[in-house]
Amino acid sequence: MRKLNLTLKVWRQKDDKGKGKFETYKLNNVSEESSFLEMMDILNEDLATKKIDPVAFDHDCREGICGTCSMVINGKPHGPLQTTTCQLHMRSFSDGDTITVEPFRAGAFPVLKDLVVDRSAFDRIIQAGGYVSVNTGVSVDANEIPIPKDIADEAMDSATCIGCGACVAACKNASAMLFVSAKVSQFTLLPQGQPERHRRVQKMVAQMDEEGFGACTNTGACSAVCPKEISLTNIARLNREYLTAKVTAQEV
Amino acid sequence: MAVLDAKIPDGPLAEKWSKHKFNLKLVNPANKRKYEVIVVGTGLAGASAAASLAELGYNVKAFCFQDSPRRAHSIAAQGGINAAKNYQNDGDSVHRLFYDTIKGGDYRAREANVYRLAEVSVNIIDQCVAQGVPFAREYGGLLSNRSFGGAQVSRTFYAKGQTGQQLLLGAYSALSRQIASGKVKMYNRTEMLDVVVVDGKARGIVTRNLVTGKIESHSAHAVLLCTGGYGNVFFLSTNAMGSNVTAAWRAHKKGALFANPCFTQIHPTCIPVHGDSQSKLTLMSESLRNDGRVWVPKAIGDKRKPEDIPDADRDYYLERKYPSFGNLSPRDISSRAAKEVCDEGRGVGSTGKAVYLDFRDAIKRDGRNAIEQRYGNLFDMYQQITGQNPYETPMMIYPAVHYTMGGLWVDYNLMTTIPGLYALGEANFSDHGANRLGASALMQGLADGYFVIPYTLGDYLASNKFEAVNSDHSEFKKAESETLATIQKLLSIKGNKTVDQYHKELGLIMWDYCGMARSAEGLALAKERIRTLKEDFWKNVNVIGANEELNQTLEKACRVADFIELGELMVDDALDRKESCGGHFRVEYQTEDSEAKRDDANYCYVSAWEFKGANQPSQLHKENLVFENVKLSQRSYK
Ligand SMILES: Cc1cc2nc3c(=O)[nH]c(=O)nc-3n(C[C@H](O)[C@H](O)[C@H](O)COP(=O)(O)OP(=O)(O)OC[C@H]3O[C@@H](n4cnc5c(N)ncnc54)[C@H](O)[C@@H]3O)c2cc1C
Ligand code: FES
Repeated sequence: MRKLNLTLKVWRQKDDKGKGKFETYKLNNVSEESSFLEMMDILNEDLATKKIDPVAFDHDCREGICGTCSMVINGKPHGPLQTTTCQLHMRSFSDGDTITVEPFRAGAFPVLKDLVVDRSAFDRIIQAGGYVSVNTGVSVDANEIPIPKDIADEAMDSATCIGCGACVAACKNASAMLFVSAKVSQFTLLPQGQPERHRRVQKMVAQMDEEGFGACTNTGACSAVCPKEISLTNIARLNREYLTAKVTAQEV
Repeated sequence: MAVLDAKIPDGPLAEKWSKHKFNLKLVNPANKRKYEVIVVGTGLAGASAAASLAELGYNVKAFCFQDSPRRAHSIAAQGGINAAKNYQNDGDSVHRLFYDTIKGGDYRAREANVYRLAEVSVNIIDQCVAQGVPFAREYGGLLSNRSFGGAQVSRTFYAKGQTGQQLLLGAYSALSRQIASGKVKMYNRTEMLDVVVVDGKARGIVTRNLVTGKIESHSAHAVLLCTGGYGNVFFLSTNAMGSNVTAAWRAHKKGALFANPCFTQIHPTCIPVHGDSQSKLTLMSESLRNDGRVWVPKAIGDKRKPEDIPDADRDYYLERKYPSFGNLSPRDISSRAAKEVCDEGRGVGSTGKAVYLDFRDAIKRDGRNAIEQRYGNLFDMYQQITGQNPYETPMMIYPAVHYTMGGLWVDYNLMTTIPGLYALGEANFSDHGANRLGASALMQGLADGYFVIPYTLGDYLASNKFEAVNSDHSEFKKAESETLATIQKLLSIKGNKTVDQYHKELGLIMWDYCGMARSAEGLALAKERIRTLKEDFWKNVNVIGANEELNQTLEKACRVADFIELGELMVDDALDRKESCGGHFRVEYQTEDSEAKRDDANYCYVSAWEFKGANQPSQLHKENLVFENVKLSQRSYK
């Protein structure tokens, strides 16, 4: 099993007001089987024994599904592979490497401390319309709404978004179009989403703008880093939906 | 005290819930808006409860420690959710789901609760589909099913290997809709650190804002704990890193009894441990056992590559020992069987602590495409983590801590022994007895949140008079200052060992002595060692930084302090239960062929422990389990 000696340049920032800067740390003998976050754990144990404040970072499931982990590694959201930070393993690095670790950067994602950012803007976009308005207690049997398999599968592909925000961090305009379009697509594809279709897209896009996310200029940087491979066709669908909604001029 | 009245309604099993619903008092629509309800946790149980209660008109305050309610641990559930829809016409029914769950739990769950669970399971699927949850479908457009362990019917609904994600996003979307409407006020990155009891009723909580460190009080008419399980007491588990026992434990210390703490589930199919810097274990969904075959070499020391070992030299031990359930035997049985072959020296991989899960025959039979369709994302995840390609070489798996059947004791209405304090989802002990069947936790979380609590909570609110209490009340101030004092104490120790070091040590003790096999001798040793660990923790832990900031070390320290105390109680519980049942295997009590040997004459009860003060022995209360509809028998999956 390979062991790696590494130089880490890590963004340190005391709080949301402070100005941050890079600190350099040496870390030796890291097993290539460790995950990237386990490497960060080792760093933090090392700092703690030296009574230095450990590096704050967000993480929870460590299985690539909760969307909590969020680091820019060597300039790329989630690092060299198209996966989540927690699913990146040290075998993707070489002995002697210098690795730069920063928080996701976007105006709408303010840094709270070190590598931790505030992504609550995403929640507010969902609150604006990312749902089907049904209350608990519907009594329609689930199989009364047959949905062709290919449609269901496509909706699932969109619904698979984990809301990590890498798309925003990768985009030079910090646009949230991939995130918003994935949710809009899921409900546009499914029969359950039809009644609120026009209203939903307008409200979600309005909220997205209000949060200060930038415009989409179709460079595709978002999809290229998306750990769940949410495709650009979602954005095309969102644009179509938004236009139709405007044309039908339903008030929201 | 008359603590353990389970409040099981009278009447025949199949009519209990409908009759009970009819008898429960209602709160009229105009009055609902006068009540405040606190929901701690936004996993399946919490998000579904918060959304449903807000839809009814209650004012809800919801809390989670993650940065968004959508990230609760439920998101990680892979395999699926059970429901007695019988869409496959393969003989399923509410009664069969009930029976499988009771039997799977090794006859240590309450009949009435389990029956209700099976009954509402069908509504859950309807509800989720209405929300736009994209379950897997057949070409005809109808919902698809798969099988899980401990069942001989196909009743599991799924969304690829991401069922928990899709169900949680459904509940989160319903919750988001209520946040937008103003009926739910959501507190992200906020950790509950105490329950406040005024005049014998739960009237609120004390929280810490995880960004600013601010300690705050929130008052309400009722408090729902939907805070998940405590598998991380073992340090290594399949749970998310943040999953913890703190909310339940602090409630326990305020008077809520803790039931069956030693009932933990060790899941048979996880990626084996690789080294000592490992932070968590990854589950490979049980659904893989639909197509994967589990085996080890017949001979000790057979170091050939798995592809080179012919069938004649392989021991498909689950198929051999349990021919009728085979690779789909329940989790406790499959885990123990894996441990057994590894203890015999037939384990594989570099540590010898692994068995093969082989898809060779399924790929030959159905083609690689079909297998990729079914399990693609799981195979990818496996390859990502281990660097090996499971299409070409068998997976290696080993049991790992996965789920906790124990939890806060609740009655039929999901109320703990503190009036007005409820526990839902994995945080309670209610439905799974001594072993949970696959795909039943998601079902239970959503049953509790969508379909049980909206009824039972109303009855409590309508039947009680409430004094006006707000967060200026002296009980809140007292709880706040106690909470702060504990935090200050942790910060002032400035010792030499990190929080993680204590957590890992505790985990090892628990795994060695209170894990897959337990003995009186080992448990006594564990008890001693945990006590020493606890003393040392409070003298020598090093928590860097201050309270008034984002301080992840402090968050962990608070949780580990509670895990240590819980560990002691788990050991007490395991010692008390001098029988083997489900996930609780006492080596002294086994049948001739090494199966768990229950003792129904003496242990057919729920153990509910009462906290008696720091460093005092807890007091055991027993809820005797009465079985009127199933006959207790030695579980057989042969
Ligand atoms: C890897 C994995 C796969 C699984 N797969 C399946 C499956 O296929 N089928 C199945 O049925 N079950 C499965 N399970 C089990 C199932 O996922 C869980 O039992 C279930 O999701 C628990 O839901 P919950 O709502 O009770 O709690 P959780 O989802 O754990 O939510 C707990 C919530 O409480 C909050 N919280 C906790 N403590 C505090 C506190 N002190 N203050 C504030 N908030 C707090 C958290 O923020 C979170 O929101 C799986 C489990 C794992 C680990
Ligand atoms: S920690 Fe959950 S996706 Fe990385």
